[in-house]
Amino acid sequence: MNSWANIRTITKRELGAYFSSPLAYVFIVIFLLLCGFFTFMIGGFFERGQAALGGPFFEWHPWFYLFLVPAVGMRLWAEERRVGTIELLLTMPITAWQAIVGKFLASWLFLGLALALTFPVVITVNYLGSPDNGVILCGYIGSWLMAGAYLAISSFTSAMTRTQVVSFIVSVVICLFLILAGFPPVTRLLEGWARPLADAVASFSVITHFEGFQKGVLDSRDVIFFLSIIVFSLFTTSVILRGHRAG
Amino acid sequence: MIRVQNLAKIFGAKHAVDGVSFTVERGEVLGFLGPNGAGKSTTMRMITGFIPPSAGTVTVGGFDIVEHPIEARRLIGYLPENAPAYTDMTVHGFLNFAAEIRGLRGDARKQAVRRVVETCFLEPVLHQSVETLSKGYRHRTCFAQSIIHDPDVLVLDEPTDGLDPNQKHEVRQLIRRMGEKKAIIFSTHILEEVDAVCSRAIIIDRGRIVANGTPAELRQKSEWAGAVTARVGGVQNGVVKQKLSQLAMAGKVVVLEENTTGVLVRVFPKQNGGDLAPTIASLSQAEKWTLAELHTEEGRLDEVFRDITMPDTAQRGGK
Repeated sequence: MNSWANIRTITKRELGAYFSSPLAYVFIVIFLLLCGFFTFMIGGFFERGQAALGGPFFEWHPWFYLFLVPAVGMRLWAEERRVGTIELLLTMPITAWQAIVGKFLASWLFLGLALALTFPVVITVNYLGSPDNGVILCGYIGSWLMAGAYLAISSFTSAMTRTQVVSFIVSVVICLFLILAGFPPVTRLLEGWARPLADAVASFSVITHFEGFQKGVLDSRDVIFFLSIIVFSLFTTSVILRGHRAG
Repeated sequence: MIRVQNLAKIFGAKHAVDGVSFTVERGEVLGFLGPNGAGKSTTMRMITGFIPPSAGTVTVGGFDIVEHPIEARRLIGYLPENAPAYTDMTVHGFLNFAAEIRGLRGDARKQAVRRVVETCFLEPVLHQSVETLSKGYRHRTCFAQSIIHDPDVLVLDEPTDGLDPNQKHEVRQLIRRMGEKKAIIFSTHILEEVDAVCSRAIIIDRGRIVANGTPAELRQKSEWAGAVTARVGGVQNGVVKQKLSQLAMAGKVVVLEENTTGVLVRVFPKQNGGDLAPTIASLSQAEKWTLAELHTEEGRLDEVFRDITMPDTAQRGGK
């Protein structure tokens, strides 16, 4: 009860911080522009002639999250360490976990908001045809979970350094690995060597686990995959933070 | 309130803090002195639970900072070095956040914020972003944060650093006033602050406590303590020095100034010698000297500090 109150206080502060700087608005605009561009220009939304968002819309999310999510997550801890406010935060009567979860939730909610603002795409597709809105909702859930997984990774790379740029680059590399592990050209290459290896590698990929959501299949294994990345990364964050202080 | 026992912190091969023990009770203001890198900040960070100790224990209000960190931290207000604050918030927002995370809600929170805004004179910048504040205001904002929950224990790392003389004065007054009912530890480089504020001072050097006592006790350690300066006339200059040196209580006698009207001498007492001044006064009366000036030195903190923290290079005694 009390710990939720602490988490809420931190989440509120973090969200406030996003919107008091131009970062939030710039991010949302870029996110929406990219979504529109990929959906309508590259994804060929109109040419497909299908009332669905799976292909043209969600397919691109793993790719532009690759750059956008680390941009949101890089400041989580690096900024606290640079300015020294981490010393304030971690000497408050809260646990490190509450701080980590509170900060993570704030960014995740922020990404959720950006994602929700793509609603005109849903309206468009409903106006043009009669899509299965359950499938679309499922895609949104999957997309948000995937963003959470990337974000948790950014959280721990951010805890590793005082420099936001370093944090950004490292988390992009890790996320890229998670994408490429299931990227068809890579899996085809690995299949040439050994089929089980290809499957094993692909099972670590966000692409593999995101596919189901796009098709409207809410598989508990996929949900658990993303949630376990989140939990594991946040746990790593706490280990890194403790390591710094232990010296 | 604060009990520190054999506290140690090792960074790699460096013993940043090496076996520090002391206690601070309610109503005490403990000054924490030492050269840069002596381990002051590290000790304070361990007391507030920011970094775990390599060895030893800290208890605050009976709660071990490692075993019961949340309960112990509730009692502590902390002003870290350089007074960090969230730059992307307004002063008001920042203080509200600090109050809320300290568990103050509703009216209690509003009252607490109003109180510290008044105490720290933050009214003019209340709705300004922390980023745009001058150093003095930022410092006071962070200071306000540390007292927002009216804590029993205050740990202040260089609370007057970067403030102008007026602000320094205000902060010292504030610390002294709060010290009447709280246990306060503060670190400083400024020795005059020790006299102005502390009931007790600790000098720490290379991770160890090298002196611990009231400011007066520390001054006693100075060679200057108890030395008497006298201006004597109406007598041949050489005779004064000779006569004074013959006194049983006197140690070294130094002539500071000599001219046709008289001589200015400083007499250092022997170890554990009593009060020199009356003896010198009666001597000069007996010898029929004219005594133009006579006063006892109090001992100087800066000299004690230098002697203790740089034993190899310190200049000893008077000139």
